[in-house]
Amino acid sequence: MSKDLVAEKSNLIKVLQTEQKKEGFISDAAIERIAGEFNLPVVEVEGVVSFYTQFKRVPPGKYQIMVCDGTACHIIGSTLILNWLTDELGIKDGETDEEGLFSLESVACLGCCSLAPVISINGKVYGKLDRKKLLKIVADFRKKEAAGS
Amino acid sequence: MIKRIKVGMASCGIAAGAGEVLELLQEMAGDNKVVEVGCIGHCYAEPLVEVETDSGDYIFEKVQPKEEDLQKIIDLDEFSRFQPHSPRVDKERQLITSLAGKIVPTSLEEYRANKGYEGLKKALEMEPDAIVDEVKTSKLRGRGGGGFPTGLKWSFLAAKDSEQKVLICNADEGDPGAFMDRTLMESLPHQVLEGMLIGAKATGARQLFIYCRAEYPLAVKNLNIAIEQIEKEGLNIIDGEPVKIMVKEGAGAFVCGEETALIHSLEGKRGTPRYRPPYPTDYGFHGYPSAINNVESFANIPLIVRDGGENFAATGTENSTGTKLFALAGDLEYSGLVEVPMGISIGEVVYDIGGAEPGSVKAVQIGGPSGGCIPAEHFDTPIDYDSLTSLGAIMGSGGLIVIGNNRCMVETARYFLEFTTRESCGKCTFCRIGTKRMLETLERITGGEGGPEDVELLADLGKKIIQGSLCGLGQTAPNPVLSTLKYFNNEYLAHVEEGHCAAMECKALVDVFIDRETCIECGQCIKNCPVDCISEDYVIDNEICTRCNSCIEVCPVDAIARVAKGGEVSVGN
Repeated sequence: MSKDLVAEKSNLIKVLQTEQKKEGFISDAAIERIAGEFNLPVVEVEGVVSFYTQFKRVPPGKYQIMVCDGTACHIIGSTLILNWLTDELGIKDGETDEEGLFSLESVACLGCCSLAPVISINGKVYGKLDRKKLLKIVADFRKKEAAGS
Repeated sequence: MIKRIKVGMASCGIAAGAGEVLELLQEMAGDNKVVEVGCIGHCYAEPLVEVETDSGDYIFEKVQPKEEDLQKIIDLDEFSRFQPHSPRVDKERQLITSLAGKIVPTSLEEYRANKGYEGLKKALEMEPDAIVDEVKTSKLRGRGGGGFPTGLKWSFLAAKDSEQKVLICNADEGDPGAFMDRTLMESLPHQVLEGMLIGAKATGARQLFIYCRAEYPLAVKNLNIAIEQIEKEGLNIIDGEPVKIMVKEGAGAFVCGEETALIHSLEGKRGTPRYRPPYPTDYGFHGYPSAINNVESFANIPLIVRDGGENFAATGTENSTGTKLFALAGDLEYSGLVEVPMGISIGEVVYDIGGAEPGSVKAVQIGGPSGGCIPAEHFDTPIDYDSLTSLGAIMGSGGLIVIGNNRCMVETARYFLEFTTRESCGKCTFCRIGTKRMLETLERITGGEGGPEDVELLADLGKKIIQGSLCGLGQTAPNPVLSTLKYFNNEYLAHVEEGHCAAMECKALVDVFIDRETCIECGQCIKNCPVDCISEDYVIDNEICTRCNSCIEVCPVDAIARVAKGGEVSVGN
């Protein structure tokens, strides 16, 4: 074995992360291509992809909503937040709406517990939410989208 | 005269809106220098701005990105001044976080100007054995939760004769509600790296990895900048040989906090744990001897070597020395990151530092999904590894969630089991299926369909999962259930025997009711109900109602509330 410890296969996760950053998700074609590059069976790459929650197999919406379900958010009411969003957007946890505008995902912890309950949209965090604030945020994104198109 | 203006730009600050404040301040500050710093730990007061002047420092809290407010800050007006509350100042002991939020995280000069890399300098002149001995003298125990003596772990690696040895920093902080390691890496990346380089000298490792959660982009960025700086300065040269340091991003799997799973993930594989022995110090990354320490453990090392192990051991208790970082959150006034001496009581942290109202708290949850709930009557227990274990909780990595009287403990236990069930890697049957069965049982109980036999089943399953699981995830997964069974058995019994959830949290055990006497018939609830279950004369059809609380939230006169299913009705008071 080469003394350089960062042997090729160790970079599989990194390559998948780069792919996802570029495309937003990992397609079947990407899995086949990457398996070829690493000289690995397709099923092994698929196994790695399905193991880690970071990797998505469906294209995300233009606005990716993450609902924090960390402990602090949970006890303060993140379940209600997720329900309200499901009602408002018509999609469940893990889904993308038909127009490809919003996708909804419940995540373990965004790490801003003092602002609980929080969501993030494309990485920007919105904290201390109640129903009114939450619906206004969604409405604002919709307005912005309508104005833009 | 203003020397410079510091804006707290760690993740929590950014989340609270520090980015907008920074941008506007940069426009307005004229010749004054505006810099980004890390986190001082007072999350509840974010965004924080500190102005350094010739005549002392001024800190401003909850700063909004408004021109008139920021002008007041630049003029040093009496405005929104931040004053840490005195009980916290008295009880806290900032040793490893003393520079957090005070210096620019990615400035090597500033870290050096504050005794940074003095520990490494000293270590480079010491024999490796002497460094290991110093760490042993300090009695430092692993801060990731396990509490294994760091010096002992290092001595195993140091004793190995191998062409290559590996030292790994475990920064896969996956507990929901924990952000100690993130803060250290974001605010003090050089301190973590200094600890690792000292470890390299002590153990003979020449390849260093930091396995960091992918959800921490700022930590990764700051670490990479710091690594570039030390490589440029040659600080990574040990015994004439450059040490390789590399940040590897995880991809979201809680089990990768377990050391053998972490190594598999570093190798680019699925992060499943394996049977130990052989321990990583015998057979680790690609078969080479490897040692894994937590971020906070490494952050302690520079202080131990610089000021001596004995000096370090003077803080804390006999068997748990030094300080511990806790991420405080939940039902309290002052949430944030706090560093306390080991041996402080839980009550001091919850009431004095956290500002929780005595009498309003029924428990704390320590250690996340691997930990347990400790009831208020045990709040005089000192925080050290052994006392917490004896109560059925664990030190864990340092998440500490305060649970108020109005929360349901059964639902809290269900929440943690849902997490571990999802995160179980599936290798061991007891963990994979056992946690699933436990979750289903808890769902029966919170769903109003549980019986007394379910409570017994939980206790039985819990014991077996602990015995039948290979790694720490499975061995600790039942803790949240077993500790609530032990201390809040009455709540379980109320659910299964009376169908009653005192906290009104379990949907199946509550109805939603409109008090017609208070109601002003404004129609808001009818308009906002997603399932149209409220009639024109303001009666809720609880068969259709999903308990989404939309009507409760919009009601302007608080006439709507959750009530016990089929029980006596009283609203609002």
